[in-house]
Amino acid sequence: MSAELEQRCIISGIGQSEIGRPLQRGVTALTLDACLQAISDAGLRPADIDGVITWPGSVTGAGGLAPPGPGTCGPGVHAVIDALRLQTNWHYAGPETPGAFATVIHACMAVATGLCRHVLVYRGVNEATAWSTATDRVGADPDGVAGMMGWLLPYGAFSGPNWMGSWITRHMHEYGTTREQMGAIAVNARRNAQLNPAAVMRKELTLEDYLGSRMISDPLCLFDCDVAVDGAVAVIVSAREHAAGLPHPPVLFQAVGSALRGRASWDQWQDLTQTAAADAGAHMWARTELKPSDVDIAGLYDGFSVLSLFWLEGLGFCGTGESGPFVEGGARIARDGELPLATGGGHLSAGRLHGFGHLHEVCLQLRGEAGERQVADAEVGVASAGAGPLASCLLLSRG
Amino acid sequence: MLPIPLITADNEAFWTGGRDGRLLIARCSDCGSYSHPPTPRCSACFGQNVGPVPVSGRGRVHSFTVNRQQWSPELEVPYVIAIVELDEDPAVRIFSNIVGCPADEVVIGMPVEVEFVHRGDAFLPVFRPVDA
Repeated sequence: MSAELEQRCIISGIGQSEIGRPLQRGVTALTLDACLQAISDAGLRPADIDGVITWPGSVTGAGGLAPPGPGTCGPGVHAVIDALRLQTNWHYAGPETPGAFATVIHACMAVATGLCRHVLVYRGVNEATAWSTATDRVGADPDGVAGMMGWLLPYGAFSGPNWMGSWITRHMHEYGTTREQMGAIAVNARRNAQLNPAAVMRKELTLEDYLGSRMISDPLCLFDCDVAVDGAVAVIVSAREHAAGLPHPPVLFQAVGSALRGRASWDQWQDLTQTAAADAGAHMWARTELKPSDVDIAGLYDGFSVLSLFWLEGLGFCGTGESGPFVEGGARIARDGELPLATGGGHLSAGRLHGFGHLHEVCLQLRGEAGERQVADAEVGVASAGAGPLASCLLLSRG
Repeated sequence: MLPIPLITADNEAFWTGGRDGRLLIARCSDCGSYSHPPTPRCSACFGQNVGPVPVSGRGRVHSFTVNRQQWSPELEVPYVIAIVELDEDPAVRIFSNIVGCPADEVVIGMPVEVEFVHRGDAFLPVFRPVDA
């Protein structure tokens, strides 16, 4: 039994633009591609859309836990509303959320409360075009860096590997997690990407390649890091009464998770052996009678390979500290394993879409439309987004 | 130059205590709890009688990462980014650098002591290994 929020909503349509590194087309064009595709996929027209949300929206400044970088924002909600001449009952964007899937959960809240019937949820990026290095953060705010980043940047912690590195160091220290185990996540993602024509990294990647790649911020190496791309994903969250007569099977919400129980901070988080994934995961399972053993496929956030380990534990797919042995060798997480992970290549190999790539892939799988990489009988899937103190997750099922 | 923190009324004591060689952490005079980062209200009892007090500057490496990426041409790599837990209260974590030893010698649990790097208007606490 799902809680009331989830019972009232479905994902009625999905869309994804071309993904590349880089692309000639601009991020607004890519975003509108994905949005129009999702609207059409749901059997709707732009005039039917009455709600819009994105993450983080058109924001600048490094005050929050998820500071924007070059190309990470995409067009804001007002730009999309105006471009598609949408007429909305509600719209919103903001960076201070429990991870990127807060957008989907917000959309569900808008639908479940009757504020909207069809909410367009999108994420557009052009990091491959915009991002050269993190030097804009090195030179950021010469008068002084405000907010969360004011505690991190002065110490040369410019990017995600610097913020997450200490967490996985502690996980290795407490539980004996190894680089070979972390590498199993990267190798699995690449193997799946080889069957995904839209994935940007499709050349074979072996565990030896992984172990031989250069270190970025110990113990995270190059192949632990996802790949900046240009591209966009959109989904339509609709009221459940629209499930009948859709062009494609609806995707049902079984549960959402968005809880944060630890410090809302990168540097003050107390237990570095787990992330907010544990909070969001417990929250999600408390809203459903389904169990981790019911899940057929998982799109676990892999902005860094190790984040999938934290999500595996946080979502209860294995015990605390046991994610390393769980993935070791890769058989269990392969497409024919007991818990197929990152079936489209994940962000590590299909491109950094901040969780939305996983959401699109999980929906494709649940609709039975994943082509050559389709997992047989995929009925229940989980998608998750977030690192460190940021986490949100969605338990979805085939309608 | 590496970034400097924006100094505000809330964090000024922390970022400038090093001028006098002191690491100042916010502490509640009612319940005795430390709060970090500094805040106008005690994070344990939410009272207002919280203010900066000097601590020993000693602690242990709770965890760390060695940055090897040349994010910018002026950066000298590698360098150690660490989270230090203070002896007075291990829940108080100071995000910092470990200096004064080769990066590959840093381990979890290593005892360290504060020193300060003057940059702009800030005196950034950094930590150096010491004998236990």
